[in-house]
Amino acid sequence: MSDFVLDRGEVIPKLIENPQDYLIVTGLAGTARDIANLCGAEGSNYYSMAGAMGGAVPMALGLALAQPNRKVLCVTGDGELLMNVGALATVAVMNPSNFGIICVDNGHYGETGNQVSHTGHTTDLSVMAQGAGIKQVRTVAQDSDIADAAAMVKGGNATFFVHLKVNDTPPARIKRSLDANYTKTVFRKALLGEV
Amino acid sequence: MPFDIPAPPPGDPTWPYALYKLLKDAGVTQFSYVPDAGHRVLIDLSLADPDVHSIPLTSEEEGVAMAAGANLGGEKHVLLMQSSGAGNCINMLSLPRLGKFPFLTILSMRGDFGEGNPWQMPMGKSVQPVLEACDVVCLRVEKPEEVIPTVDAALTMAFQSQESVAVLLSQKLIGAKKFA
Repeated sequence: MSDFVLDRGEVIPKLIENPQDYLIVTGLAGTARDIANLCGAEGSNYYSMAGAMGGAVPMALGLALAQPNRKVLCVTGDGELLMNVGALATVAVMNPSNFGIICVDNGHYGETGNQVSHTGHTTDLSVMAQGAGIKQVRTVAQDSDIADAAAMVKGGNATFFVHLKVNDTPPARIKRSLDANYTKTVFRKALLGEV
Repeated sequence: MPFDIPAPPPGDPTWPYALYKLLKDAGVTQFSYVPDAGHRVLIDLSLADPDVHSIPLTSEEEGVAMAAGANLGGEKHVLLMQSSGAGNCINMLSLPRLGKFPFLTILSMRGDFGEGNPWQMPMGKSVQPVLEACDVVCLRVEKPEEVIPTVDAALTMAFQSQESVAVLLSQKLIGAKKFA
């Protein structure tokens, strides 16, 4: 676990410099709070989960295919991604140029008692992303890795995967709506002008 | 130039071609699937059609979440699967149910009328009660002439009433796979 050292609260804003430039789908728990903190709990450019584990990547993919002129990000955790890791293969096959995944990997199931996850043992998600066929993959495990990955996120001309390894410091505590229909309506109203 | 749906080969059922046209005319632009012989024509048409996204999945639950994401972005998505895939979707169905996202899936049945593979029977018998327990409206089709009106009704219920709807294509319609 010696390479899980970065602080999520410090690095995520460096990777996503201008959050308003993106449509963002998050996983449940930690990444939902990371992005609510980044966009503001009332932000209308992100959709976050509090369940439906394993759904963040495919949901974001559906959005990216529907909105080819917008940059779409999926920000999700290691446990959420591992539950439906085959979605990386689907993403690689579709390969939308406006889409990227940032996996915030703390090597733990932070919401359930901080049990060590597979990535805290032996599993390397960046290798799995490469194996799925995603061409642009970066691991961010120390400060010197950030600038290159941030440029890739900003450049965004091919599907990418950023494997962000962080320590198990809890994410920001921020209150957000858990009403999946309300947040859908807020998002659609802002993006499409309709509910 | 819009995609021309080819004529069915002589002797083939015509309803899969009419069904593809119905879905296209209703504005569906994302077709996802774990392949199944019962959906062969729809899958092949979506692959040949440059105006839609044809999305092979590794697990059917991806399609449930993709459909919700498509709705966030203003597109319509349909998930094509074999009945056995319904079991892979259960937890993910909480997303369209809670968020009132339109969700339409078309299932080609195995494990019902005339099934000869015992491994298909458990899920074949369970699919409808399990989906209904998850608040999914199930519409079963057994005759070719029922396909279009049933899927048309399902499109309305999904995309206007924001329901989760499954159309079950029976083996009476698509035929039972022969096992020696």
